[in-house]
Amino acid sequence: MLNNSEPQKHTIAVLVENRFGVLSRVAGLFSARGYNIESLSVGETLDPTVSRMTLVVRGDAFVIEQVIKQLHKLIDVIKVTDLTEENHVEREMILVKVNAEPTSRAEILRIADIFRAKVVDVTPATYTLEATGDESKVTAIVELLRPFGIQELVRTGKVAIARGAKARLRRAEEKLGKVREPVPESRDAARDIGFED
Amino acid sequence: MKLTGARIFLECLKREGVDVLFGLPGGAVLPIYDALYDFAGLRHILVRQEAAAGHAAEGYARTTGKVGVCLVTSGPAATNLVTALQDAYMDSIPIVAFTGQVPTHMIGNDAFQEADNVGITRPCTKHNFLVKDGKDLGSTIKEAFYLAATGRPGPVHVDLPKDVLVKEWPFEYPDKIHLRSYNPTYDGHPGQIKKAARAILKAKRPVLYVGGGIISSDASEEVRRLAEMTQTPVTTTLMGLGAFPSDHPLSLEMLGMHGTYYANMAVHDSDCLIAVGARFDDRVTGKVEMFAPNAEIIHIDIDPSSISKNIQVHIPIVGDCRRVLARLIKEVEAETQQGVPSLAREARKQWHDQIARWKAEFPLRYDWDDEVIKPQYVIQEISNLTRGEALIVTGVGQHQMWAAQYYRFKHPRAWCTSGGLGTMGYGLPTAMGVQAAHPDKLVVNIDGDGSFQMNSQELATVYESRLPVKTVIINNGCHGMVRQWQEIIYKERYCSIDLSSGPDFVKLAEAYGCVGIRATKPSEVVPALEKAFSTPGPIVVDMVVDREENVFPMVPAGGANKDMILERPGKEAKAKAAKSQTGF
Repeated sequence: MLNNSEPQKHTIAVLVENRFGVLSRVAGLFSARGYNIESLSVGETLDPTVSRMTLVVRGDAFVIEQVIKQLHKLIDVIKVTDLTEENHVEREMILVKVNAEPTSRAEILRIADIFRAKVVDVTPATYTLEATGDESKVTAIVELLRPFGIQELVRTGKVAIARGAKARLRRAEEKLGKVREPVPESRDAARDIGFED
Repeated sequence: MKLTGARIFLECLKREGVDVLFGLPGGAVLPIYDALYDFAGLRHILVRQEAAAGHAAEGYARTTGKVGVCLVTSGPAATNLVTALQDAYMDSIPIVAFTGQVPTHMIGNDAFQEADNVGITRPCTKHNFLVKDGKDLGSTIKEAFYLAATGRPGPVHVDLPKDVLVKEWPFEYPDKIHLRSYNPTYDGHPGQIKKAARAILKAKRPVLYVGGGIISSDASEEVRRLAEMTQTPVTTTLMGLGAFPSDHPLSLEMLGMHGTYYANMAVHDSDCLIAVGARFDDRVTGKVEMFAPNAEIIHIDIDPSSISKNIQVHIPIVGDCRRVLARLIKEVEAETQQGVPSLAREARKQWHDQIARWKAEFPLRYDWDDEVIKPQYVIQEISNLTRGEALIVTGVGQHQMWAAQYYRFKHPRAWCTSGGLGTMGYGLPTAMGVQAAHPDKLVVNIDGDGSFQMNSQELATVYESRLPVKTVIINNGCHGMVRQWQEIIYKERYCSIDLSSGPDFVKLAEAYGCVGIRATKPSEVVPALEKAFSTPGPIVVDMVVDREENVFPMVPAGGANKDMILERPGKEAKAKAAKSQTGF
């Protein structure tokens, strides 16, 4: 009955109360409902009482709609935005420890240079590089470094932000069929200190 | 003003208007029980197992519209309570459950009777709290009650470490709270409501499909007005029974797996299905592809995540059922100022004729027997003798479905059953919560022999706390619903269903100080019930019924509603049923 479009990767931004247990509420929701989560990153916003999560979820339109609604249903969730449908910037950082033999050191540095990666640690046998970029860039540098022998790799998971300034979170809500009551005071206060966008 | 955390807890309950607390003491909550010793104005009912405290709170909440409250200790008590929390979560029943916890400095140390209470209850509550600082105790309790009662109601759990209860804290109870992350939508979108009104008026074969949300939002009057105004037949879900009188000419009674033939056929043939406060549960829809395939679906629900979860909805309206229906009625009135077009009037007449034919063709029926008590007959007589005015509670199983089918419901908030979770053992503890809230009303717990035994220890509670619950056990000596599935779907390979070894329910009742009555013949049914309803105090009636009786109609799980089985099937039909089985 529910039409299943092709599963797609969605990047979802979630503003949550910065409270004990909120991460497990979000993570628990995904495991309880059987949604696939590809990455999750979380950190404080300018307002220390609010954290922002960036989730990457794979699913068809129906699954994503449910994910957004279910996230909204969590009491500690303030706002949910599907950034995929908007013009947005996304970045991921990796730290990669790669074998650096005397013969390959120059080549590795050249690759780092091309990708604007930084060497953050050096030993006689290895380089540790820090690289930032969107998914394809990060994947590309990993692929180029792989032949030298990667000893260790760590990715932060994606963070994302919309381009432009306003009205974007509101639109996301209208899509949910959720019509806002008059804006309560604390919401205005929140806007003043700037975690809305 | 400084008070101990335990005293603050009690003061908060008082300010929330709590008059009954269902609980069971233990180490971590002893400070509260000590404060309760000389605290006036709060009745504490001592249950015998913690899940019963949760169910009792559910019964209290469902029949009063207020928040039910229970209190148990840490560790095993909290884990026992989990079933009741999940039950309340699935049926959207507002309760606040308090559990004790080891002192804050010992949390995480694997202390005695420690469990990660909030970790365990997180997925089975609307929200939960661990109070780490006594200064937050008052505001947390306020938030808990607010969350339980507003929006889509549900259970909220508050975990109280022992040191928080012992120490003294400044006490201030907030009058109002605002949660920036929680703003339920109550008023539906006016444009959507207008669209719905037009859809209903132009429909030829409309059906109202109403659920527990009507009870929660007290919208029965609005349902009735809308149905009568637009001459739309009404079917209710299991949770919605009582939202619309069973004897109303527009009533189709219950739909779904064990719903009536006419309700399922009407929904299947409908061209406009108005779902209000219902969530398209799999027990209602059967095979979703075959559910109301030609209908334009309007869905009114306070929870946006219920909309288009199982079934694609054409006109979604997020809001409180009562407010949206009130507005919808106004819109319908506005649209019909020039009168209802004669074409629509004619179409509705044909629709009602069709439904009347279905009703005549396959009414709810069973075969009478002079020797053996038919369970349906017992329910009919309970319905007759109480004139549909009793508060009815059930366990889970065949008896629950017969009660749903054969009891003539008149009023909302007079029916408690475990719909979503299907918790066996729900009957007696819930009935005692109902009785505690309504000391002067007749409360009948229609239970099964299997279901009753899951919480029969609560006979001690009803006796001790003077809760005159009348339990009628539909005793078929087996797990009847399982037996029915094994008969029809698993080729009569009966496995682990026999309960005929007892106990003797009359003696069991007497052992707890209650009165036991037994009936084994149809002629004994009415006298037994009359005696039960007229004798003061808690009663157990052991109705020894036909072991082989099945609940019909029946839609095998995963089958289409329109292919429902109407009577005990032959070999061929059984094979078909077995095939349609999708594995649950």
